[in-house]
Amino acid sequence: MAEWRLLLKTLFARRVVLIALVLLALMLLMAAISQWVLPHDPMAMKVSQRLRAPNWNHWSGTDELGRDITSRIFYGARYSLAIGAGTALLAAFFGTLLGLLAGFFKHLDAPLMRCVDAMMAFPDILLGIALVSILGASPTNVVLALTIVYTPRVARVVRASTLVIRELPYVEAARAVGVSTPRLLSVHILPNLMSPILVQLSFIFAYALLAEAGLSFLGVGVGAEIPTWGTMVAASTQYADRAFWTLFFPGMAIVLTALSLQILGDGVRDLLDPRLKGMQ
Amino acid sequence: MTALLPRLHVRDLHTRLLQGDSPLPLVRGVSFDLHDGQTLALVGESGSGKSLTALSLMRLLARNARWECSGQALLTDAQGQQHDMLKVSDEHMRQMRGHQIAMIFQEPMTCLNPVLTVGEQIAESVRLHLGLDTRAARAQALRALEQVEMPAARQRLDEYPHQLSGGMRQRVMIAMAMVCEPRVLIADEPTTALDVTIQAQILALMSRLQKDTGMSMLFITHNLGVVAHHAERVAVMYAGQVVEQAGVHELFAKPAHPYTQGLLACLPGRARQLARQSGQAVALQDIPGQAPAMNRLGSGCSFAERCSVSLPACQLQAPPWLGIATHARLCHLEGHP
Amino acid sequence: MTTPMVRIQDLSVEFGRGAQRVRAVRGVSFDIAPGEVLGLVGESGSGKSTLGRALIQLIQASGGSVQFEGQELMGLSQAQMRPLRRQVQMVFQDPSLNPRQRAGAMLAEVLSTHGLHTGAARAPRIAELLHIVGLKPEHASRFSHEFSGGQKQRLGIARALAAEPRFIVADEPLSALDMSIQAQIVNLLIGLRQQLGLTLLFISHDLDVVQYLCDRVVVLYLGRVMEIAPTADLFDAPAHPYTQALLSAAPIPDPTQAAPQVHLLGDPPSPLNPPSGCVFRTRCPHAIAACAEQVPELTPTGAGRWVACLRHTEWT
Repeated sequence: MAEWRLLLKTLFARRVVLIALVLLALMLLMAAISQWVLPHDPMAMKVSQRLRAPNWNHWSGTDELGRDITSRIFYGARYSLAIGAGTALLAAFFGTLLGLLAGFFKHLDAPLMRCVDAMMAFPDILLGIALVSILGASPTNVVLALTIVYTPRVARVVRASTLVIRELPYVEAARAVGVSTPRLLSVHILPNLMSPILVQLSFIFAYALLAEAGLSFLGVGVGAEIPTWGTMVAASTQYADRAFWTLFFPGMAIVLTALSLQILGDGVRDLLDPRLKGMQ
Repeated sequence: MTALLPRLHVRDLHTRLLQGDSPLPLVRGVSFDLHDGQTLALVGESGSGKSLTALSLMRLLARNARWECSGQALLTDAQGQQHDMLKVSDEHMRQMRGHQIAMIFQEPMTCLNPVLTVGEQIAESVRLHLGLDTRAARAQALRALEQVEMPAARQRLDEYPHQLSGGMRQRVMIAMAMVCEPRVLIADEPTTALDVTIQAQILALMSRLQKDTGMSMLFITHNLGVVAHHAERVAVMYAGQVVEQAGVHELFAKPAHPYTQGLLACLPGRARQLARQSGQAVALQDIPGQAPAMNRLGSGCSFAERCSVSLPACQLQAPPWLGIATHARLCHLEGHP
Repeated sequence: MTTPMVRIQDLSVEFGRGAQRVRAVRGVSFDIAPGEVLGLVGESGSGKSTLGRALIQLIQASGGSVQFEGQELMGLSQAQMRPLRRQVQMVFQDPSLNPRQRAGAMLAEVLSTHGLHTGAARAPRIAELLHIVGLKPEHASRFSHEFSGGQKQRLGIARALAAEPRFIVADEPLSALDMSIQAQIVNLLIGLRQQLGLTLLFISHDLDVVQYLCDRVVVLYLGRVMEIAPTADLFDAPAHPYTQALLSAAPIPDPTQAAPQVHLLGDPPSPLNPPSGCVFRTRCPHAIAACAEQVPELTPTGAGRWVACLRHTEWT
């Protein structure tokens, strides 16, 4: 029990981390309960109410088709968060696998990194367009496309860190003891890679949200009927000059989520550092 | 002892690290005098505060932390004027650094700018303090390199630090320090990172330079072998304090403080020598335990917990200075052989 | 004449390719007898650390043979080497501890790897190992950053001992430690050697410690053996010019004794471009023309002494 309390104390050593966690929790809550608790029907179009400024009825105003922006943000949360989280987790998983193997096994380094280079050669939007046009517009395909785009970043960072850690004295000492290679990778190298991986996770989440917005803007995102934050931002560009709320509120949702995730990521990274565990 | 004013007179130097609630005392009342042409060795293990003492005097303490220094550090410059290094303005100190008092460090690779040639770095000091123009500064830099016996000095002027070996880089550091002919040189572990054969070269060079210029040297090291042959006086530091000060011969022949005695008994070279002299095998003594954490020092002697001859009073009361002016120790024990 | 525990013959270790090829160790041969402490001394660039690592197959040697108790180690696969790693362990220069692993877990890992003291016997064994090296049982739950330099080194020794080896390579185990702590570790090593009957290869640049601790000494310069001799003989009457220069340059902690002498001028040559013939000739005060033409053989000069110098007969 004391261990958990110490964990929490370290995590929230900086108040900002607590705020970030609360914000993220709120977002998740929004996504979860959006089906039942919404001020308005997010899909209901009321053309007479289009582009209304924020008022008591519509807290964030209405968009170009008279739909309540607040409800759409709440409803879209689940899609946006899912796309962001899905991409980040998948990219982290594959990137770590590739980077770890490339960094540790000299003979695998060149072939694996050439694959990674090939993946990096495609500009993300182009790759997204290509994949989505082949596979069709849906959240799953967007996640797939963006995973391919972002895996190389993680792979390169993990490979670089692995190269460094591999030469550190304690890894050499473990080899001298006779520790098997799988154990060497999982117990001695991987935990010490956590820091850069976590940082990448939070970055990719934010990038994925924005990339989805870009893809949606070009019409190859999730499909116009699904109200992700990205599609809302994309659609708002036409009206932003006269109705700033159409851009502002969905944009803020993206910014706050990405920022909270990064701060939380920093907090968790500090948490995992045994050096800070004992510090009161 | 000379009746002249000491070149450097340090009295009651205290350096505290300001962090959290209470300041952490890391240098606790260090005092010493340094005369012209003399070398004082400041000896101690890691955490003793010897490097911090030097950095405090030079006002080069790390800038990412907050410090508090008190005490007196009077430097008599070449004209005979006295300056308190701890109290003068930053600008004044900057003028004195490199010109009146210079410092060389342990790891020359990190102290030399990798993107500037060796000649440029030496000349920089010359231009700054002596106000010479580029050509004259370069000539002076060449002379400085020749003075430190750098092979192929003219060629080296235009080389970069990474092209030089460890010994050569240390010569460059010495050249940079000496080029403006300072009166005091502080050398912080200058040969610790060098091989034994190169160390011998560098130490011989430093002795020769000192003899030629009459400058005084504060030599910081943990290597008692180096101290034995390159210093006239020794100050032994432990937990931020000087615990014994003596001439080098007295210190090795009759160490008065239990820590000094313990340190000497730790040296395998000495154990072997004593064995040879007495004809019997001599076991290597060690000092049990480790140096105390500076934030948990009590009111008594900081060495008491590791001291083999401590009295109950040692833990409770701060030890006084005992002995004579030329051989003093910070200890409760009277007449300890 | 007992069979040696370790026999190294003509060992070479090379790194890099083409113009960047470094011959860190060249044609090194010596034996280590069971129960002996052999000192391996040299300055930076001598190849002593590389030799130690190549000996226990942590790095790949490029030629020669390493035999442990008659078994050839060169060319063994990782799997074949693993059971031998129980017998042959290494103590490193500080730090060599995983910052995320607790001390007890690290020792348990060694025991697991070799299937020793499983189940209920494990915890007592870990406590015993800690005790042997002068640490306390409660240290098992600490992380490496909570230990001082001396304690970390004790832990490193405990790790090496956990596998119950017969032979330990100690690579500069004292260099990162303060004087008083060095003395503690030296005394610990002496005690362990007597208690457990270990054979040690002690790699160091500190001549004083080597003289105190070792039975015989091998002197390396730029990857080649210059001299091998019993400790007392080496320090009293060094036969090779490099050894002579090295010993006279080492400062004696006694102001009444001779000051360090500078016999060697200049810097050691680069290992990328070693001199032809005898690698020491460029700094040797006794070099002659013949020294550039042939690599001097390591010749026995009686009473367990070997010298690699063309002119050694002139002063032995």
